Amino acid sequence: MIGIIDYGVGNLFSLRSSFKAIGEEAFVSGDPKELSKADRLILPGVGAFGDAAAKLKESGLDQFVIEQAKAGKPLMGICLGMQMLFEKSYEYGEHEGLGLLPGAVVGMEGKLPAELKIPHIGWNALKFHQADCPLFEGIQEGDHVYFVHSFYAEGVGDSLAASTEYGKTLTAAVAKGNVFGCQFHPEKSGKVGLAILKAFCEVKL
Amino acid sequence: MITKRIIPCLDVKDGRVVKGVNFQGLSDVSSPIELGKYYSECGADELVFYDITASAEGRALFTDILKEVASTIFIPLTVGGGINTLEDFDRVLKCGADKVSVNSGAIRNPALIKEAAQKYGDQCVVLSADVKRVDGVFRVFAKGGRENTGMEAIEWIKRCVADGAGEVVLNSIDTDGVKGGFDLPMLEAVSNAVNVPVIASGGAGCAEDFVKLFKALPKVDAGLAASIFHFGEVKIADLKQLLKENEINVRF
Repeated sequence: MIGIIDYGVGNLFSLRSSFKAIGEEAFVSGDPKELSKADRLILPGVGAFGDAAAKLKESGLDQFVIEQAKAGKPLMGICLGMQMLFEKSYEYGEHEGLGLLPGAVVGMEGKLPAELKIPHIGWNALKFHQADCPLFEGIQEGDHVYFVHSFYAEGVGDSLAASTEYGKTLTAAVAKGNVFGCQFHPEKSGKVGLAILKAFCEVKL
Repeated sequence: MITKRIIPCLDVKDGRVVKGVNFQGLSDVSSPIELGKYYSECGADELVFYDITASAEGRALFTDILKEVASTIFIPLTVGGGINTLEDFDRVLKCGADKVSVNSGAIRNPALIKEAAQKYGDQCVVLSADVKRVDGVFRVFAKGGRENTGMEAIEWIKRCVADGAGEVVLNSIDTDGVKGGFDLPMLEAVSNAVNVPVIASGGAGCAEDFVKLFKALPKVDAGLAASIFHFGEVKIADLKQLLKENEINVRF
């Protein structure tokens, strides 16, 4: 069973529907006691990093997520949820992340060719950096997924699982042991996205 | 790099898709749910649902249907029609919409875009502008294209983008329904004026019109159409194949 972590940011309707569509049981909760019963955890998120990190901390869920991940439970962060897995974010200030993966979240502003628009919105292709990443079981290199973001993770080292090109190489997915993350929205990425969610549900450790 | 997007638009009135839909193989051709699923499966990059209902009952029905559509399609969903307040944003976002498109609501209340962008983020707010040439000047029209607001279109669009509209759907009233191709001069003027994605709407009559659009105006991000997709005159898979053959980056 999949536990979707609810800490008051973002709309979890599509994520819940996606798991339903692939025949996986998923529930949404903000209660660590409930969430600890899940076999796998999803950390979603949209909006600003500082605000989301503060909400996660206020609810005490930050420590819970760290403990669960360290105990070996498969965890996948999506979009802002992925960004929170890293050590730091420089989105409007400097914020502490969960520190589960090495790396920091930085803005695209000033780093892309002038003709490219920010945010990076739309369908873009994946390039694989880990040939055996379990998330990519049902998809192929070059498949398109849907992105919406203005900040990206850098310095992620060998946890880089996939990247995408947008004037520069951006971190698209990360994987290290039982910790996974997608910068894009698998729940909005058609069949490819559903295949990634399915693969996460089947990750064996 | 990011692909060009192909977006079918569905007009929904009292819970049914209108504007003559003619599909084979669908048991109920005016069901928004069946059509949404069909488009999502055949390669549409995004869907737009436009609520043209006038009554409160119709609106409640639309909201119910929206929820069902959003739970069966897994591509981005934009909802427009009858969006006048932040509560309207909230209502459709809770039903699973990813973006909300505003048109007359922003003309009536110019603060709406700014308030919505602050609350939900720029990426969530789409400006839909109905524009027509009047004495050689681009003018913004309201009420489904029936009323000339007198506002100059480029200034209006620039202002909305400055306020936080993250995307612009440009409907050319001059080319809409004519099926002679998109309004390239109007689209060029708008895409040179703003740095957010511009979606071309109004005038597509065949697949080649999309090739012409993206070849002539590489800055335009997406093409939107209704009847040519609904009537099956242009099949999305064939259209994408043609775009690919013309070296335009698309998603399959």
